[in-house]
Amino acid sequence: MKFMMMMHAPRAGWEEAGIGTWPPADIRAHIAFMLRFNEQLRESGELVDAQGLALPQEARIVRAAPQSGEPIVTDGPFAESKEFLAGYWIVDVESVGRVHQIAARVSAAPGKGGVPMSIPIEIRQVMSKPPEEL
Amino acid sequence: MTHSPSPLDPEGLRRGEREPDVEPEAELLRTLAPQVLGSVVRRFGDFASAEDAVQEALLAAAMQWPEQGVPQHPRAWLIQVASRRMTDHVRREIARRRRETVVFEERQHDLAPAADRDAATAHDDTLILLFMCAHPALSEHAAIALTLRAVGGLTTGEIASAFLVPESTMAQRISRAKQAIRKSGVPFSLPGEAEREQRLTAVLHILYLIFSEGYVSSAGALLTRADLATEAIRLARAVHQLLPQHAEVAGLLALMLLTDARRDARTGEQGELIPLAEQDRTRWHRGAIDEGLALISATLSRGAVGPYQLQAAIAALHDEAARAEDTDWPQILALYGLLERMTPNPMITLNRAIAAAMVEGPAAGLALVDPLDTDTRLGGHYRLDAVRGHLYEMAGDLETARRHYLAAAGKTASIPERNYLTTKAATVGERIAGG
Repeated sequence: MKFMMMMHAPRAGWEEAGIGTWPPADIRAHIAFMLRFNEQLRESGELVDAQGLALPQEARIVRAAPQSGEPIVTDGPFAESKEFLAGYWIVDVESVGRVHQIAARVSAAPGKGGVPMSIPIEIRQVMSKPPEEL
Repeated sequence: MTHSPSPLDPEGLRRGEREPDVEPEAELLRTLAPQVLGSVVRRFGDFASAEDAVQEALLAAAMQWPEQGVPQHPRAWLIQVASRRMTDHVRREIARRRRETVVFEERQHDLAPAADRDAATAHDDTLILLFMCAHPALSEHAAIALTLRAVGGLTTGEIASAFLVPESTMAQRISRAKQAIRKSGVPFSLPGEAEREQRLTAVLHILYLIFSEGYVSSAGALLTRADLATEAIRLARAVHQLLPQHAEVAGLLALMLLTDARRDARTGEQGELIPLAEQDRTRWHRGAIDEGLALISATLSRGAVGPYQLQAAIAALHDEAARAEDTDWPQILALYGLLERMTPNPMITLNRAIAAAMVEGPAAGLALVDPLDTDTRLGGHYRLDAVRGHLYEMAGDLETARRHYLAAAGKTASIPERNYLTTKAATVGERIAGG
């Protein structure tokens, strides 16, 4: 079964309290952790895809104009939201229990001073084709 | 948590090794690919189907040659296999449409001698194919994909994995490119003299795009996608061999060699970006540097300077410096000045600002950067903030530097670049805290 794991980051953190304010050694440790995490997922044969997203300040909302269908582009309504999607993984695992384990591991990525961050990871199952008829 | 999950691709981890030597059979196949395609297109006149037939012939060769040995006339072998596929294709078409078989039989007479082309025609064919793939009717995306397949002899799967898209997507992109060529009705021949120079500029631009896609991935996790850079160099080398007197062709090849020579030193163990000034220069590839230097100095001495040659000359000045502090910045500044006059572009201005700061101090650099705020072509590009961060750091204004580094980190779409800029901000922050 395939799951998408979405990593949410607190919006407030990025510029003032966020990773830019950590000591450089902690930043490097965090990056190294993420690299190792991805490598382990790949080695276990469970990684389908993983992407990091650019920060939300460049995010835009697009809607079709009612008559013409032309794109109407606005800044995201997310400006007020507390969290943003920082990136996602798609994993192919044998059980729900397994995806919980994987998510918990990345949630514990080291933060400032090496303290585990408990990042919220949202788990959503990826839809699949209907089961074979018996 | 404000940082990306940094889901780096596996290639990112394996980077740092030079790619293993390509097997000789594969090398031979890729060199022959455009010659064989040219020959088949001449016979059958249908570029799209001929291109498919040649791909099948290349695959057959890749399976058979390593086991059965390379045939005595490999080019003729490939032409024959591809022609047979074409014949099958034509036969199927004819059966399907219930057409007269006369046409097909007439064509079959042309098939007999396989190695009928002299070397000059084979070379022309490679050029014709390059011109065709860089045709203005194609989007850049399409032109890049088709160039890699039709001239580079790469499979759709290989191209797809280089651009990190599914194979079916890439197959569709290539097939649409071929349709566009068919619709545009370009004949399979060299463009006329008047048009040729302009079309060659387009060809060089496509090769440059393939190279930079390989060198700095515009989005995503990989800092370098080595194979694309290697492929671009191979193609540029082929064009240089066909047009040895063309100064910009030589300039582009030199630029690629002189830039790619630093590839291994450009990333650390964890794929992190290492700026030029901090690279271990003993890890630069001497062979590529020497070749690039010889090429660019021979070319510059002939006159008719163009933008690729100027960029190659700048890359050469960096490569010639044994230590970062030995860099001939006044010369680099002068070259960026020339380049900016030749092709005005805010990215060049940004580079000139860094050179100006190195020669005349950070205030001179910042003065060049300020007018770019209103430049819509730059549109708030992260490089503007990154360069400002660097210049303010040089000037000792650490607070401002930190702010710009963070702003740049927030805007870039490259994970290694974001990691680098965030770490820069943190390092400057540490210096502020430490007094």
